[in-house]
Amino acid sequence: MALTPNDVADLARLARIELTPAELEHLAPQLDAILEAVAKVSEVAADDIPPTSHPLPLDNVQRADVVVPSMPREAALAGAPAAEEDRFRVPRILGEEG
Amino acid sequence: MSTSSTDLTRRTAADLATAIASGETSSVEVVQAHLDRMAAVEPAVHAFLHVDGERALAAAARVDADRAEGRALGPLAGVPVALKDVLTQAGAPTTCGSKVLEGWVPPYDATVTRRMLDAGLVILGKTNLDEFAMGSSTENSAYGPTHNPWDLDRIPGGSGGGSAAAVAAYEAPLAIGTDTGGSIRQPASVTGTVGIKPTYGGTSRYGLVALASSLDQPGPCARTVLDAALLHQVIAGHDPRDSTSIDAPVPDVVGAARSGDVRGMRIGVVRELGGEGYAPGVEQRFHEAVETLAGLGAEVVEVSCPNFSYALPAYYLVLPSEASSNLAKFDGMRFGLRAGDDGSHSAEEVMGLTREAGFGAEVKRRIILGTYALSSGYYDAYYGQAQKVRTLVSRDFEAAFAQVDVLVSPSTPTTAFRLGEKVDDPLAMYLNDLCTIPSNLAGNASASFPVGLAPEDGLPVGLQVMAPPLADDRLYRVGAALERALEERWGAPLLAQAPELAVHEGGVAK
Repeated sequence: MALTPNDVADLARLARIELTPAELEHLAPQLDAILEAVAKVSEVAADDIPPTSHPLPLDNVQRADVVVPSMPREAALAGAPAAEEDRFRVPRILGEEG
Repeated sequence: MSTSSTDLTRRTAADLATAIASGETSSVEVVQAHLDRMAAVEPAVHAFLHVDGERALAAAARVDADRAEGRALGPLAGVPVALKDVLTQAGAPTTCGSKVLEGWVPPYDATVTRRMLDAGLVILGKTNLDEFAMGSSTENSAYGPTHNPWDLDRIPGGSGGGSAAAVAAYEAPLAIGTDTGGSIRQPASVTGTVGIKPTYGGTSRYGLVALASSLDQPGPCARTVLDAALLHQVIAGHDPRDSTSIDAPVPDVVGAARSGDVRGMRIGVVRELGGEGYAPGVEQRFHEAVETLAGLGAEVVEVSCPNFSYALPAYYLVLPSEASSNLAKFDGMRFGLRAGDDGSHSAEEVMGLTREAGFGAEVKRRIILGTYALSSGYYDAYYGQAQKVRTLVSRDFEAAFAQVDVLVSPSTPTTAFRLGEKVDDPLAMYLNDLCTIPSNLAGNASASFPVGLAPEDGLPVGLQVMAPPLADDRLYRVGAALERALEERWGAPLLAQAPELAVHEGGVAK
């Protein structure tokens, strides 16, 4: 199952984290060791065991459909890396040739 | 009556609240004494990432004015508290110990924060933690580690090492922590303090920056059992802003802490949480404490929880999976750091560069691990199987609680290790949470109480108590019984045996 630096690069791409070749080399054996350790969960014969995603058995929680004040625009934008015309300013979304 | 500022920082929160309410001292004096203490010991301990003395003194002055005008004060009014920097407080930076949120000032208060402010508690500042609460030593903080007041070369535990160290170093009588896999209990254990993880849903997660939403739970840190209970009472209870908040009365934690009566209580020692891998001094102090409880009238039996050995691997699948999803919001678009936005990079490239620059090694490790565990082809074998183990761990608890009122174990397998010892060995680091993780997976209430020093290294040992969901009061009953009996034996609180910290010269906070 050995995880290669190339596999880690693929995962990092999915997770939107740029990693240097040195980081990939360092991370691959560490992640491999962790995966080997956590694979212990497969020892449990659990075909008929229901999964638990949450410690409390909860139904969806809804509030009354009443308008309440929302966060002021200035407050929401105050922590933004860049803002313009009352909006978040973001880098271009499309590629050069798009 | 004159009270030196040193005396004020040594007093319990309950005692300080009484002294403030009676006029023996003022909240301003109490807060100033703690700011002075911080100035003296912070250079060595580094428990705080942010302190706003001016704001704290202004809040203290308001409590004093309210008292002067005869307004009703809450049971902890005027008492200082430290807040783990993963919960928001409007107007103060929330970094989560990460470069990705450096300088971010949240526009709102967490519910826990709001309840403390409404109760008249005075927030001194924000405490250090492992980045996004991922770690067991605070060494993963982007702003440098916190040092254990018992031995400055050792870790204070994590992720809430800052909150535990602040309390142990008399920088604050109370602090708030958050516990996802032991981040309140393990730091409490290694610093000789009290830490409680309430029943999942017992305290609100609104305004808590999520690590793993199905595991995270805020709770109190203190030097005494009663102080923890008083803070628990303030922060707990239903919050409509958290969909997983329990709509039921808060258990009578304060009454239980005052009682400390364990006569007739059935206490189960978990067979699987001991033996190989546990330090001899940890086992010794743990078993002595269990004998003490038996001597106080509790009925002690051994209980087996066979699936607990699968809890740690299941946790390290569930947690990274939830974390990889929760931390997707740090994309450099709406808040926090943005890297590489020079006009040549697309939004997607900027996201990758921002997360590369903003996240530390452990956060990257866990996000990538979670991405792997959730990817198609591996989902059933990893995440799916971990969720089934979670069911089995809960069933072990249910079977155990059919026989006993509470379960006990050591809080951690070892005492505080040296800074740097395990920093690049993730698996060794993960083992610190071996005993604490089952309660996070099952969501039940759990706590760590100091039970002495390990003879081999003179460092604190903690005993973990686990109670059924919504039976948080039982934790306090056991904790108070132990505290009373052990302090009678020691002649003083355990922390009285900690070495005096060297005081930094010339440090007087304003």
